[in-house]
Amino acid sequence: MGCLAKAKQGGYAVISVILNGEARQVREGSIADLVASLGLDVKKVAVERNRAIVPRSTLADVALAEGDALEIVHFVGGGC
Amino acid sequence: MTDTWSVAGRTFTSRLIVGTGKYKDFEQNAAAVAASGAQIVTVAVRRVNVSDPNAPMLTDYIDPKKITYLPNTAGCFNADDAIRTLRLAREAGGWDLVKLEVLGEAKTLYPNMRETLEATEVLAKEGFLPMVYCVDDPIAAKQLEDAGAVAIMPLGAPIGSGLGIQNRVTIRLIVEGASVPVLVDAGVGTASDAAVAMELGCDGVLMNTAIAEAKDPIRMARAMKLAVEAGRDAYLAGRMGLRKYADPSSPLAGLI
Repeated sequence: MGCLAKAKQGGYAVISVILNGEARQVREGSIADLVASLGLDVKKVAVERNRAIVPRSTLADVALAEGDALEIVHFVGGGC
Repeated sequence: MTDTWSVAGRTFTSRLIVGTGKYKDFEQNAAAVAASGAQIVTVAVRRVNVSDPNAPMLTDYIDPKKITYLPNTAGCFNADDAIRTLRLAREAGGWDLVKLEVLGEAKTLYPNMRETLEATEVLAKEGFLPMVYCVDDPIAAKQLEDAGAVAIMPLGAPIGSGLGIQNRVTIRLIVEGASVPVLVDAGVGTASDAAVAMELGCDGVLMNTAIAEAKDPIRMARAMKLAVEAGRDAYLAGRMGLRKYADPSSPLAGLI
């Protein structure tokens, strides 16, 4: 299914993921690649993939797969 | 001698923990934290805005290397969501000291104690050090402690209500029964409320709205710092006994 769903866009393989609750087309690659392409500082965020934490140290090793549900979070102001 | 308190092996001199929500902007928030003297701030974990990655971040204004970030599960209404949030928080921040709150309903924001207890057990097993928001019930407090809570954080009144400590007796009973720190979490409205919590023997107080919604948040932050210190000093000094009738302060001998 993954291969069939892949589309070529500008020479790169593009896959569909759910990023922070929204469907999104992203370039195939690692989670670290995605975080960097979003302009985020990898040291300030945490990533969950399909409900499992992806340790920061392994973000570059985990390849995105078609249909992945990703959550990228950070700290914001909050109280009690 | 400096008066300190410790939670899960970490020692602090300030007994005031402040939230970082509801402020006008990050500058005001950072100034209020500085004025409060707080060494711990609560923070929330939320999705990054992927459409505006350059939006200012809390960490740009309040340095997590200088101020301990206490990730909080505010907004979670069941154990699973709270645990999931704190797993992400641990990955984002790299520390195990967290604040657990599992809410029961939006109207009162009272904790759901069944879910809170369950989440405390799971978190403790996973190596977290949970400081736990709870009802002002001394039995529930003991159960949380047995489940692995590193601090008990009973509400003084509903979150954001500013009603002050509604039941001094139960807060005191929790303090007397606990062998972990007890901090009043929620309900403080003004400086005297914070002083009351400390006079009851609590180890600290957590507040957000009382400072953030004051007309002058920075001045109120300072007031809260002083109130917490005053209440703590009064507790340590040991207050006078109560009498039903007057007792003159001037000597009766030598009256003209």
